[in-house]
Amino acid sequence: MSEYYRQLGEAICTELTLPSEAAVVALGELTLTLSADQILTAAQTLRDHAAFRFEQLIDACGMDYSSYSDQSKIGSRYAVVYHLLSITHNHRLRLRVFAGNEIPRLPSLTSVWHAINWFEREAFDLFGILFEGHPDLRRILTDYGFIGHPLRKDFPVCGHVEMRYDADKGRVVYEPISLELRNQVPRVLRDDHRYLSGAMNREQQHG
Amino acid sequence: MADLHNYTINFGPQHPAAHGVLRLILEMDGEVIERADPHIGLLHRGTEKLAEERHYLQSLPYMDRLDYVSMMSNEHAYCMAIEKMLAIEVPLRAQYIRVMFDEITRILNHLMWIGTHGLDVGAMALFLYAFREREDLFDCYEAVSGARMHAAYYRPGGVYRDLPDAMPRFAKGATKYHSADEIARLNDNRQGSLLDFIADFCSRFPGYVDEYETLLTDNRIWKQRLVDIGIVTPERALQLGFTGPMLRGSGIAWDLRKKQPYEVYDRLDFDIPVGTNGDCYDRYLVRVEEMRQSNRIILQCVDWLRKNPGPVIVDDHKVAPPPRAEVKSEMESLIHHFKLVSEGIHIPESEAYAAVEHPKGEFGIYLVSDGANRPYRLKIRAPGFAHLAAIDEMARGHMLADVVAIIGTQDIVFGEIDR
Repeated sequence: MSEYYRQLGEAICTELTLPSEAAVVALGELTLTLSADQILTAAQTLRDHAAFRFEQLIDACGMDYSSYSDQSKIGSRYAVVYHLLSITHNHRLRLRVFAGNEIPRLPSLTSVWHAINWFEREAFDLFGILFEGHPDLRRILTDYGFIGHPLRKDFPVCGHVEMRYDADKGRVVYEPISLELRNQVPRVLRDDHRYLSGAMNREQQHG
Repeated sequence: MADLHNYTINFGPQHPAAHGVLRLILEMDGEVIERADPHIGLLHRGTEKLAEERHYLQSLPYMDRLDYVSMMSNEHAYCMAIEKMLAIEVPLRAQYIRVMFDEITRILNHLMWIGTHGLDVGAMALFLYAFREREDLFDCYEAVSGARMHAAYYRPGGVYRDLPDAMPRFAKGATKYHSADEIARLNDNRQGSLLDFIADFCSRFPGYVDEYETLLTDNRIWKQRLVDIGIVTPERALQLGFTGPMLRGSGIAWDLRKKQPYEVYDRLDFDIPVGTNGDCYDRYLVRVEEMRQSNRIILQCVDWLRKNPGPVIVDDHKVAPPPRAEVKSEMESLIHHFKLVSEGIHIPESEAYAAVEHPKGEFGIYLVSDGANRPYRLKIRAPGFAHLAAIDEMARGHMLADVVAIIGTQDIVFGEIDR
């Protein structure tokens, strides 16, 4: 499987005139890193080229890499990750596009895959990534009138406001939260992974 | 004659045909839908954000609560993503158990779907029949995991424990609601092991499906409400990101269990039903046939599981906890157990996408780890999300009552769409 994807990666890089480092095969999956100005034409080619035929967009999601442990691998804070599937050739592809740091912007792919409409709305809602050319870029999962982008790493898991019914006003009111943020599972980074050596060896054997 | 203007109807979120908390804004021209705008997120619980604050094992029960009518299939995708990143080989018996429960889950899901879809369209009796069978399958869930619905039974590396040797029974003697004879009758098929109970269910189930089909398949009203409603061509189905029965109903023979087999699906014998017209009726027929095929798969798994005992979870105590008895007697195991439940599994820096053929379509987990004990990012790819996004296109030009049939045929569950 990995060999098949290595060849597919090479073919895609040649077709899109990308450097060969842009395609990486890991765990039997092919990941292609693109820049924001290439994505629209690349998406067209990947969908229509006879050798690729990624006619289905399976998933698109935002990413916020601001607290990622190894920052040297990161192009910018925000990114969008697309998962594509070809029914014709039975292969998958992951596309990663870095979107910028302050105001992340990317061209919308609604003209290529209709299904991406809601996925882009979700990435806008949860990460604040702007998709230029999207026909209807509204919030989708959060409340009407919600402020902020909840899946950004600087957004606390308990949020900023709480809601209750105010009997005097006869309506629901929003107030600053009274909760205290607690962290019950500290993030632990181990750089050696010594106790996973068994699993890693198995991986090397399987290639 | 006065000028007629389009008007807007608010459908849901408190509406029995909205399958939970769907709010649809419908722009109508008389009785005809001009535009349907679903407002979702009323059940948004931030599962993806919560998972970033917890270690891998703690997030597993959240998976049950995504698509809350097909619990174990959700866990399956999550466990598969972790296993892929850790390069774990799941014991064969655990793979068979997983496949068996995936198919039990598929039947559970489709029974829920056929019941509510029928109810929406006006077939009341079917709902009661479907829930009678669901009860038996919930007993299977309960026998292996202790919970009727939110099982948390699949674990990274296998399943929580082996199948029980004895099926739990109803307490003997008469109660306020049942006579002693009735209780004895209910206990009839619970005398043996869980596998005996499942085999007994599988011998009865095709007959039940025949019953459903007598009620619906040639029913004049059912056909009037479903045939030629919500037609999706194969090209549009691909464009709209359809998967599962929604895609197969449009005539594309695509099933991950056949095309990208995981666990032991490549060793089992089953067929993939495919529709021709891509309307609600074809999708109904596809799902009914899927129930029959799932029944076949379960029987093959029961057969194999009876003959082949063995471990059901990996022996690597960095991933799966050591047996209880060892924890009580050995220091090393106690430390392993403590570290596993307090700090959790560490996954080396990597990313993986794992997908299963969920009863509703392709359910995927995209997991990113930066080497810590908590996921850096967890993205849940819910099949219903793409399906509901297409409701505008499917409902346009149809009557108001057809929207209800389309919601039913999409098999919408808000737990997975809103996450």
